Amino acid sequence: MIKHEKAAILFRHALRRFSFLLCLGIAGALFSATLVRFAPGYGVQERELDPRWSAQSVEALRQEQVLHEGLASFYFHYLSALAHGDFGESDSLKRPVRELLAQRLPLTGNAIIRGLGVAWLAAALLAYLGLASRGWFYEASGTAVSSLLLSLPSAVIAMLAVHLRAPAFCAISVVVFPRLHRYMRSLLVRSYDQPHVLAARARGLGSVSIFWRHVLPLAMPPLLALLGVSFAIAFGAAIPIEALCDSPGLGQLAWQAALSRDLPLIVNVTLIVCLVMLAANALADLAGRAFAGDTQ
Amino acid sequence: MSPVQKAAALTLCMIFALMVFATIFVPAPYARQFRDVPNAGPSTAHPLGTDALGRDSLSRLLYGTRVSLLLAPAAALLSTLIAAVLGSAAGFLGGSFERIVLAVTDISLALPWLFLLLTVRAMLPLDVPPMASVIIAFLMMGLLGWQASVRVICAAARGVRDSDFLLLARSSGCKPVRLLLCQVAPNLRPLFYAQFWISIPLFILTEANLSILGLGVMEPMPSWGNLLRGFEDFSAVAANPWRLVPLILLVIVVMCFQLVLPSQEVIQ
Repeated sequence: MIKHEKAAILFRHALRRFSFLLCLGIAGALFSATLVRFAPGYGVQERELDPRWSAQSVEALRQEQVLHEGLASFYFHYLSALAHGDFGESDSLKRPVRELLAQRLPLTGNAIIRGLGVAWLAAALLAYLGLASRGWFYEASGTAVSSLLLSLPSAVIAMLAVHLRAPAFCAISVVVFPRLHRYMRSLLVRSYDQPHVLAARARGLGSVSIFWRHVLPLAMPPLLALLGVSFAIAFGAAIPIEALCDSPGLGQLAWQAALSRDLPLIVNVTLIVCLVMLAANALADLAGRAFAGDTQ
Repeated sequence: MSPVQKAAALTLCMIFALMVFATIFVPAPYARQFRDVPNAGPSTAHPLGTDALGRDSLSRLLYGTRVSLLLAPAAALLSTLIAAVLGSAAGFLGGSFERIVLAVTDISLALPWLFLLLTVRAMLPLDVPPMASVIIAFLMMGLLGWQASVRVICAAARGVRDSDFLLLARSSGCKPVRLLLCQVAPNLRPLFYAQFWISIPLFILTEANLSILGLGVMEPMPSWGNLLRGFEDFSAVAANPWRLVPLILLVIVVMCFQLVLPSQEVIQ
């Protein structure tokens, strides 16, 4: 019975998050449409500036645009196109945004997942080893390395990766690793200092058993929340890394769109990234709640 | 303050002094081109050599340090002010205002910071004069970088809202605005300072990333980000190690800021 109640609460929470995400998607789409509509140069076609076109032809082109000039009509057309998966056309690349997204998103997703995998493994291993040894040398060297990596701009790490011919995901893992390591270390230290862990240690339980049974369940909900945050860090790092490593992903696309002031493209890329991030955070939050519910 | 924190603070003071008195040390104006000595090594005339356009690297480094170290704190001040106003008001007033502010903050936090900056930068013209590009870069960071601080300040203000001294002030007839300005804000002042200090290294690194990508401070104005663009040719840097100086300086400054900062446990 209690299990059923917990599942119902979790389901209601998931439903609330999903409806929030849906509302946000619609609001984000409207906001994106507003940005595109009011951007300088909206409605002006390149053909209008071509001296070979006669005045009547230019006027005819402008008349075609009049159809979409009304705000309500513009929003209606934009949203109905969006509902059919049409994100419009890129001004600079002259290709449908949907096609570009479908092409680039898997590449970035792949690099981010592999980069996060390496970063999480390295950070978890080093944080655990640091706690097991608890020596000053390890403490000092770990702090120095993570401080040094935190002080490097991700673009410099990307340039180093290019020089070393390392793939983009390695650079992403180097950017994410110090942030994860610092947080994980302090989280594990706090968990190990809990009275029940001290009591378990006093009773002679093995370190592996203490870690799996007493420390990890305590640290798991914040670690799951960190998973959502690490996705945002990795996506942010993907821009300079993909731009400088010449990796044709979403980060490079956003950079090219910003350089060519391609507003329909950058706004839609940002909207998609925002929704992906919010979905990742919502999933991490739900997993954390489910885990906390199980352990309570 | 621990000895390490004191050493970091001293280093920062020295670098700031160097930045303030840069005009005394610079061998030449930052944009002046010595066309007969491009890519020159260190000499008495050019202690850090010259770049590909024959500009004196030491002059560019000192002026670039000035640009980055003056404007990152300015952007941090702006973002902290916005966060202080929004966070304290949301935490103090509570209710739907707090929920709206926190929802907007959560949404902005979910979006990677560089994506947001790129979107806003794309809406502004790219061919702007160098000084305008400096102002745009740091205004953008100041206006868009308040989200993380708002959450922390709002949580602290919520704690103050339920305190006894505020109840006493309220029962004495204090108006909400006066309560916010005279009771809540002074109690949150250490937190404002901490958030200000935390933002500075973040903005220094963001400026470096934006300028390396060609979307930050425009040439010929130097900044740390602009100076780091030379790193794209790493083999040239390996052959001329003095070109590493801007990166070393940036790393030292950011590390010093990290060391000087009190830990989150102390702040809270």
